[in-house]
Amino acid sequence: MKPAPFNYHRPGSLTEALALMGEHRGAARVLAGGQSLMPLLAMRLARPDQLVDINRIDELKGITEGPSTVTIGALTRYNDILRSPLIKASLTLLTDAVAHVAHHAIRNRGTIGGSLALADPSAETPATCLALGASIVARSASGEREIAADDFFDGLMSTALDEDEILVAVRVPKRPAGTRHAFLEFARRKGDFAQAGIILAPGHVGVPKHRAVVFGIGPTPWRSAALESAINEGLTAASKAALKAELAVHFQEDEAAAYKLPIVMTLAQRAFARLQQ
Amino acid sequence: MTGALDEQEVTVSLTVNGVPVKRSVSARRHLADFLRDDVGLTGTHVGCEHGVCGACTVRLNGEIVRSCLMLAVQAEGATVDTIEGLSDSGEIAALQQAFLARNALQCGFCTPGMLVTVADLLRSVPKPTRDEVRDAISANYCRCTGYHAIVDAVMAAAHGTEPKS
Repeated sequence: MKPAPFNYHRPGSLTEALALMGEHRGAARVLAGGQSLMPLLAMRLARPDQLVDINRIDELKGITEGPSTVTIGALTRYNDILRSPLIKASLTLLTDAVAHVAHHAIRNRGTIGGSLALADPSAETPATCLALGASIVARSASGEREIAADDFFDGLMSTALDEDEILVAVRVPKRPAGTRHAFLEFARRKGDFAQAGIILAPGHVGVPKHRAVVFGIGPTPWRSAALESAINEGLTAASKAALKAELAVHFQEDEAAAYKLPIVMTLAQRAFARLQQ
Repeated sequence: MTGALDEQEVTVSLTVNGVPVKRSVSARRHLADFLRDDVGLTGTHVGCEHGVCGACTVRLNGEIVRSCLMLAVQAEGATVDTIEGLSDSGEIAALQQAFLARNALQCGFCTPGMLVTVADLLRSVPKPTRDEVRDAISANYCRCTGYHAIVDAVMAAAHGTEPKS
């Protein structure tokens, strides 16, 4: 069906947008790429009174390189990420992950900021940012803060963003050339959301601790201590048992644990094989 | 959230198939409905209306997008090319001929979206493999043909193996 009526705003600056978010606190939703929000509006699963279209805000665009991090503007489209030589050089894991997102036409419009703010547990981008040890830059009319990915995803489609905040960028520690990673997902068809996924991001000088993420299972992507230990010790029988114990905790009542468990265990094998290559 | 809001009217000016267009529309009008109902270009089709079927695919500022996932008002100042424009310009003539020759359409509902999508592929990959064609149309649903004839047609058009009429 068609969206319910809303008041449409198209602020030209971040200041204007933040003023709107503050004024209409809780009754406003941000429209970025629209690839997730427009379906929600069409199905009337979302009925905001105010729609704040941020697509013309230049401050939210661009990919910039710092000495140890890359800052990706919230409005960066998925295909901009895929085409970015900077990201391919310093964050190959992100390039790899975004290649799994949806399809070309969706990637022309969908944004990294939108994906993170929506926090779909089956989506590739939130899980990858968690694996990369990224931090999310959020701004409101009263100021700016950085939220570590570890603290950002706090429930099903729920993040640490306040109602008057806009996600403006994601800041990611660069991975030195040659740092290995593994990104694997299982989906019924290429481009679908993941039914299960595993990301292995071995540590490096910028992010010394190994990070391993499981996504598509449970209300948020989550770090697996079992897989993180296994990055050092190999995927032993003990680490597989530990992973199964973690999965048992994260499977929701309505998830078919019986079919997802072997998928995840197979993905784990393949991910470790990928790391050796 | 409060009760039902009034309809908000907005003005949108853009270029459609090379022609300047200015209309007053409801803010919640999506671009596919705008093109069909406000501009009268019914070649763009509305299938699923939530971005998965590809029937609404158009070219916006040179890139393919799902027109059901954009508000018309978001296309302010943009250049939009629909299937009508691609056809009238002759850009997809070889593709259209190949689609006919290979029976790559039956009901024709998916066809505009398919053509806009593959035209975009051929701009960056003029001589695709079958796998590249399949990948490019993997987000366009067809209920009639089973897809093989569509892939055959694109391959024929791209590699110049179509018999001249």
